[in-house]
Amino acid sequence: MEHYISLLLKAIFIENMALAFFLGMCTFLAISKKIEAATGLGIAVVVVLTLTVPANNLIYNNILREGALAWAGLPNVDLSFLGLITYIGVIAAIVQIMEMILDKYIPALYSALGVFLPLITVNCAIMGAALFMVERDYTFSESVVYGFGAGVGWALAIVALAGIREKLKYSDVPEGLRGLGITFITVGLMSLGFMSFSGISL
Amino acid sequence: MAEATAKQVLFEPIFSNNPIGLQILGICSALAVTTSMNVTIVMCLSVIAVTAFSNLAVSLVRTQIPGSIRIIVQMTIIASLVIVVDQILKAYAYEISKQLSVFVGLIITNCIVMGRAEGFAMKNGPWLSFLDGIGNGLGYSVMLLFVAFFRELLGAGSLFGLTLLPPVNEGGWYITNGLLLLPPSAFFIIGLAIWGLRTWMPEQVEEPDYKMSRHTHKEAF
Repeated sequence: MEHYISLLLKAIFIENMALAFFLGMCTFLAISKKIEAATGLGIAVVVVLTLTVPANNLIYNNILREGALAWAGLPNVDLSFLGLITYIGVIAAIVQIMEMILDKYIPALYSALGVFLPLITVNCAIMGAALFMVERDYTFSESVVYGFGAGVGWALAIVALAGIREKLKYSDVPEGLRGLGITFITVGLMSLGFMSFSGISL
Repeated sequence: MAEATAKQVLFEPIFSNNPIGLQILGICSALAVTTSMNVTIVMCLSVIAVTAFSNLAVSLVRTQIPGSIRIIVQMTIIASLVIVVDQILKAYAYEISKQLSVFVGLIITNCIVMGRAEGFAMKNGPWLSFLDGIGNGLGYSVMLLFVAFFRELLGAGSLFGLTLLPPVNEGGWYITNGLLLLPPSAFFIIGLAIWGLRTWMPEQVEEPDYKMSRHTHKEAF
């Protein structure tokens, strides 16, 4: 149990997707002008990550990894080079299915998250989490915890940035720095703040 | 831009329409791989190759793709190209491919590749699209190399792994600035680079969301 809590905290704070690995930066900067939009996107990312990382984990361990096809009588086949194309396909498919299910059964949630779902397919945080999962050889239950933690960390970062930007709008920023420039520097400072978590381990 | 010439298409993205500085594309990988010049150059070459060839391929099949499934077709083309690049790197530059770790795979979701395929290659011929891919790849590379230059020089006192400023802990005089090897520094450098770029080309400055009213009250005295 302790192992999982430690993994969760690590995924949320120490190895924060957005601030330590720069993943999902494009949407991170583009959708962080308003807190409501940022919260919606954050929740969508948490849901998608919690679903796709374990799904990709199952596919990797049972089909792609070297020797994984032994049950089918092909112990020497190594399909791991197909990884990239499979993960992105799985992610796109899950996002699409989620969109349809939400549209049919929970229309209120669909209208809140709807616009963000297509954006998420090309969000590097989702793909990055899948690749990290493979690289670090997580087991299935670890991958569930990791997916959830990575999503929460990313959501936390984008909501915090949106909060700062809403206030920043009223400040007098030098002309060339306005908009994108000052946002980068703000994110840098936030990232510096998150670095202070790096010593923590359970 | 009705009739874009080859030269415009190739050179415009480098400064005046930089993918990172203005279009906000492809920032994810821009920051993570810039701690040393060697790694950065390999990353840049990979991105240029993938962008150019994916643009070319998408442009060749653009009239055949039904609109509703175009994203997934583009995705498949890009993913296949990235797999090729990944395998080549693993075969010929194993050390560097280890350092790049997941970021080679992340070229797939790099918005530059996707953005140019969707925004340019779907509307233009193969040759122009190919050049546009190279141009945007170069624009991305210029920004990346700029960041990597400062991070490696000031953070480790070297360039391309060759020591230029001998650091103190190896008996030299230069006190290395460890911050520049940590993630936050990349944000600062890009932020400042954008500032510089926009001071040089004022037409890129963004409109403010909120204008402060002038200070009209006279001091009471």
